[in-house]
Amino acid sequence: MNLSKILKNVFLVVLASLVLTACATQKQTGKIQGDVYTGKDTVEYLASGVPDRVFFATNETVLTTASRETLRKQAAWLRKNSKLNIVLEGHADERGTREYNLALGERRANSAKDYLMTYGISSDRISVLSYGKERPVDSGSNPLAWSKNRRSVSVKAN
Amino acid sequence: MLFRYLLLLLLALLPIKSFALIEVDITRGNLSPLPVAVSPLSIDVKSEEGFKKILMIENLGSEISAVVENNLKQSGLFNPLNKDAFLQKPDIAHLKPRFEDWNLIKAQALITGKVSLVDEKLRVEFRLWDVLGGKEMMALAFTTVPSNWRRVGHIITDKVYERLTGEKGYFDTRIIYVAEEGPKTKRIKKLAIMDQDGFNNKFLTLGNELVLTPRFSPANQMVTYLSYFKNLPRVYLLDIETGTQEVVGDFPGMTFAPRFSPNGKKIIMSFAQDGNSDIYTMDLENRIVERITDHPSIDTSPSYSPNGKYITFNSDRSGYQQIYVMESSGKNVKRISFGKGLYGTPVWSPRGDLIAFTKLHKGKFYIGVMRTDGTGERLLTENFYQEAPSWSPNGRVLIFYRETKTNSKGEGFSAKLWSIDLTGYNEKMVDTETDASDPSWSSLLGN
Repeated sequence: MNLSKILKNVFLVVLASLVLTACATQKQTGKIQGDVYTGKDTVEYLASGVPDRVFFATNETVLTTASRETLRKQAAWLRKNSKLNIVLEGHADERGTREYNLALGERRANSAKDYLMTYGISSDRISVLSYGKERPVDSGSNPLAWSKNRRSVSVKAN
Repeated sequence: MLFRYLLLLLLALLPIKSFALIEVDITRGNLSPLPVAVSPLSIDVKSEEGFKKILMIENLGSEISAVVENNLKQSGLFNPLNKDAFLQKPDIAHLKPRFEDWNLIKAQALITGKVSLVDEKLRVEFRLWDVLGGKEMMALAFTTVPSNWRRVGHIITDKVYERLTGEKGYFDTRIIYVAEEGPKTKRIKKLAIMDQDGFNNKFLTLGNELVLTPRFSPANQMVTYLSYFKNLPRVYLLDIETGTQEVVGDFPGMTFAPRFSPNGKKIIMSFAQDGNSDIYTMDLENRIVERITDHPSIDTSPSYSPNGKYITFNSDRSGYQQIYVMESSGKNVKRISFGKGLYGTPVWSPRGDLIAFTKLHKGKFYIGVMRTDGTGERLLTENFYQEAPSWSPNGRVLIFYRETKTNSKGEGFSAKLWSIDLTGYNEKMVDTETDASDPSWSSLLGN
């Protein structure tokens, strides 16, 4: 094997890995992991460092690792501000029937509520409101927009 | 004994004989709609002047026949012929049609009539003629208040439709729906009602709170719907005649997905609590609430069979949203949808033999029908997004809503009502003043 051939092979490998990294970064900037939104575009903050929302995969109500971390921060913030109550607003994307999505939003908000309760927040301080697919934050009809819309948002109630 | 047997046979034969004139084949869709001539209803000068004063309408006879003509055309089963080709004057045609003239323009059926103002009331006569047979098939007269003139057109269409197809019509009906406006992220929704042909549109709420999924009672002019009044999503009852509204039941959480029982005496709906949605009924007379399903999955979108013995609903108890049927007590739950994809919003046909549904498969939404045991699945239409079919009272036509895809900037969203014949033919948009969704078809108003 001559040098030029080796160089050529090396070049191809480098090129291939560049292309692959490009894909990976694209996915990162696309802000979806698997099917769950991981970006911060729509996120608001209840207090410094306390994000107000968690995101879900299509048709799922299971909390991701990142969601659980967000909710632990919310729990700590709620413990510090013991007079504050919150409403958990559950949402779905537009790719489902209206009534099923109302139930799905309710279930998503409740999975966030359950987690907050395991971190010591009384259920009296948390109410749940499902909007189904009625209040998207992103009006796009694409996977990224839908991932932002599958969410449970904690909103101050008083 | 023999005599009685003969009499029975004779009685059984009679109606068949009288139906043997013109026949509209309604089992195969609208491949060759029946050519029909709708002659303008004749009107005398005095009545014409009278109606001009009362209704501000130039020629009420032509207007009523235009309602009939449009209904027949929209059904897809009839082809109303161009009036320019009509040779006979309306008043003469109504007395004694010259069948050769109508035959010449290939009309197979002819509708004639006469409108008059009698004691401040609207009196309408109409006749249906079999052109080929050269016979009168039907003659009827109505008297009503003049403001009801469009309904007269719808009733005439129902009579003609029934006489020619052998099935009840669906023209003297209304549609309740959700009128929508504003950006997708802050949509304003109001309850609205209109005649089946889009006329007499009226908004029933102001848009201050979110309203969803209005449904007509099959028995009367009551409507049940979901309202976010005071941010508490609850099922409400609305009396269209009086405008009175009330919450249905005293539930601690969200109630949604309401529908009436066939006799209009119960509401069936979902109640969501602690992340679980189950199906409940409430008796509107004694207010007794009954739990129908008890399962950790999402059970919603319930709909009764027309005899009230069964309930169809969708549930994700198998892992994904699928259609189930159970007895009205909640016993013997059976899954009936087994095709590829997700299935939702099952609605039992008023005829009892079919269930209409929404299906999601590989990123497309379908409206379809299947038998009540899940066999014979037929998809009628495919689109980017569509759902929530509602049956015409005769079980012939489905109305549903369809949403468009937005572009990369999130623009271009719209929601519209569409209807389609059970055969999959005659798919068309139903015009509404604003964007529209969640349609529900009333029963025949005369009932």
